[in-house]
Amino acid sequence: MVSNTRVNTSHADLSLDQADVKQLDIIVQRHSYDATHLLQILIEIQECYGYIPPESISYIAEKLDIPRVRIESVASFYSFLHLQPHGDFRVLFSDNITDRMLGSSELMQQMCHQLWVQPGKVSEDGLVSINTTSCTGMCDQGPAMLVNGLAITRLSHQRVQEIGQLIRNRTPLAKWPNNFFRIEDNIHRKEMLLGNQLLPGDALHSALKLGGENIIDAIKTSSLRGRGGAGFPTGQKWEACRNTTGEAHYVVCNADEGEPGTFKDRVLLTSYADLVFEGMTLAALAVGAKQGFLYLRGEYRYLLEPLRTVLECRRENNLLGKNILGKNGFDFDIAIHLGAGAYICGEESALIESLEGKRGVPRNRPPFPVTHGYLQQPTVVDNVETLCHAVLAIHMGAENYKSIGTEKSSGSKLISVSGDCPRPGIYEYPFGVSIREVLNDCGAVNTRAVQISGPSGICVAKHEFDRKLGFEDLPTAGAFMVFDDSRDLFEVARNFVHFFAHESCGFCTPCRAGTLMLKQTMDKIAAGHGTKHDLNEVENLDHVLQTTSHCGLGRSACNPVLHTLKHFHPSYENRLKSLDFEPAFDLDGALARARQMTGRDDAGAHLKPEEI
Amino acid sequence: MNDSFQLDGAEITIEEGQTVLQAALTAGHYIPHLCYHPEFKPHGSCKLCTVKVNGRTAASCTMPAEAGMTVENNIEELNALRRTLVQMLFAEGNHFCPSCEKSGNCVLQALGYDLGVHSAGFRHLYPDRPVDASHPEILLDFNRCILCELCVRASSEVDGKSVFALSGRGITKHLIVNAESGLLKDTSIALDDKAMQVCPVGVILKKRIGFSQPIGERRYDQRPISAQALDDAPPHTPEVGSNCDVCEDAP
Repeated sequence: MVSNTRVNTSHADLSLDQADVKQLDIIVQRHSYDATHLLQILIEIQECYGYIPPESISYIAEKLDIPRVRIESVASFYSFLHLQPHGDFRVLFSDNITDRMLGSSELMQQMCHQLWVQPGKVSEDGLVSINTTSCTGMCDQGPAMLVNGLAITRLSHQRVQEIGQLIRNRTPLAKWPNNFFRIEDNIHRKEMLLGNQLLPGDALHSALKLGGENIIDAIKTSSLRGRGGAGFPTGQKWEACRNTTGEAHYVVCNADEGEPGTFKDRVLLTSYADLVFEGMTLAALAVGAKQGFLYLRGEYRYLLEPLRTVLECRRENNLLGKNILGKNGFDFDIAIHLGAGAYICGEESALIESLEGKRGVPRNRPPFPVTHGYLQQPTVVDNVETLCHAVLAIHMGAENYKSIGTEKSSGSKLISVSGDCPRPGIYEYPFGVSIREVLNDCGAVNTRAVQISGPSGICVAKHEFDRKLGFEDLPTAGAFMVFDDSRDLFEVARNFVHFFAHESCGFCTPCRAGTLMLKQTMDKIAAGHGTKHDLNEVENLDHVLQTTSHCGLGRSACNPVLHTLKHFHPSYENRLKSLDFEPAFDLDGALARARQMTGRDDAGAHLKPEEI
Repeated sequence: MNDSFQLDGAEITIEEGQTVLQAALTAGHYIPHLCYHPEFKPHGSCKLCTVKVNGRTAASCTMPAEAGMTVENNIEELNALRRTLVQMLFAEGNHFCPSCEKSGNCVLQALGYDLGVHSAGFRHLYPDRPVDASHPEILLDFNRCILCELCVRASSEVDGKSVFALSGRGITKHLIVNAESGLLKDTSIALDDKAMQVCPVGVILKKRIGFSQPIGERRYDQRPISAQALDDAPPHTPEVGSNCDVCEDAP
């Protein structure tokens, strides 16, 4: 396809020959030449070629009848898609703080050394690229990585060594040892959700007897609130959608579980998929939708085929498709769309944009998705866990459901426990459980702090461990990262700040520039050049981000720093110079190159302290 | 009788479907703004037009105007935020006003002066953004791009061409053109395109006319932007004057 393409790679000949044309035709035909499927088409092209060749962009632009610049614009938004060759093996180390605490940085260095490649670059022979990526949702079995989009967990020096060897030998991924790709559920505590005995269709039978409006009443009575973190009342959301007239209504399951430290949806999609789809079907019955989408984060690509099998099985059992369970006119089906490495797509309006094949930029709101969602039609977007709870609420009865948990937080919550504890994994508790209780159950000792609900949540210190999880006190999407007294909370905050800068969509000025400036400030402090002035800067940036950002990402980007500053001030103080101000530019550091060239490192080759 | 809201104590009449910024401009009241253009659907990305609506901050260009709202605009707290946002825009690109063809006609520069931005405030990022001089008539200097998407919107909505789009994400976000070569010469852009007229800074420039109007005699050299922005406001209702006195008297 490209005249100067390297030889020796498995996809060497990329001239748009007949085979390529045929392949691209198959892909666009599979998606009915529908430009709203653009992201899915691009993901499939990348799975064929290892990247998205420019000639393929021109070709599909013509086939989909859209400008090629739009395709480039979309592809470049998602960090898993590449517009240039990116190696036959694309290795991404999960870079959550929990991966780091388990030694992921050293493992990455080891692999780079073994394969002679610099992080972020493609090896000279086009064989491999190695880089980091945001949390891959495997914190209970880290350190983890993705190879060509597939997850490998429990990395050790030996395993990394073996993977390096397989890559060097160009062994196709399909021939790698199966146990590399084994993902455990790690369920340690079950309540109403994980312990349920429902069979597929049980709740739908009850729901059909109730009918749409009564389902919504029941959900309202159950006081079910969204489990994605914001806690919006589910019944109210469904009602608003049902009451909006439109050409079509849609149900979307948000399985873009991107908040670092959260992996409960992974477990639900692995072992409770029927319950998730039953919840979507229930929502469809309630709001009058015929089409549903499950938006699956790219990191969980390995779940795509198993989930499709479950869908097929439900179609065979008349739990999806036409006239579901014999009910005339109750038609509903579900399609799975993949994400491609963009945390922001967990925000519901960005998710809808992505579902429409666009860049995942959050929309201006109002209007909200319940009235103007997918294709501007009324749409409910619910978290994976919320949909499971809706099934439980209908099946066990609203009043029974409501009796579990606390007054403002009914039912139970899945907690994803990771970090410094001997038993990381999934724990289900009725709402109202204290942090201390969770710490006891997972066996954590000498705990210094717990990060609740991921980087955008809050950092809770020891004296607050009696605080309770629930909307009354500590709302959470489920992440529970434990840090013991050997950990430096400054480094935790710095990791989170890097995460936000990497995941900012770049739409609005404050978040695009502000998250980067925050990152630079934290790096400056880490390098030993921080002063009190920099801490003031952080507070100033926080104010700007809080008040002017377009969405929640920007508004929460300073949280990790502010929370750790509040409780762990010494972590910062120890790093600060006793000056009021020091410029970001390191004068002495700038002479390093000259020192290297002249082979000098004596006192005369350094600036005197009073000169700096 | 139309609905109305309060803007810094003044009564602003709302016309059907207007946002806070649109209603304010129509009524002759200035709210600083950058990515908003009266001919296009509000976008809401620069956040310069942030106001306080009933005590909560919101971008006034996208916030639907509602009866009874209390909107705060010209207060130090908000102007301080706007100064920081302008500083951020200056720091993330490469803006060298003295040598820029757009100096004096540049909205970013004019806002900087008008809001009293006296220093960079942040460490400059000095991004590497090569210019595209491939086109015989038009120069693209990406160094000055503030990602307002006005050219993107003009080219697709008015010109029907989609010459421009944004690529990348976060701080790496940048303007690209519709060509496999990535060069402007291979696009269908023309000098009379709307996209040629909307850039608020000095990215999209017609070649061979540089500095034909001397610096010092340009638009914002005459009067500050707050006194002029209303000239571009949407069509006025007959009973409203063309400019408000308060703005005209501003320094």
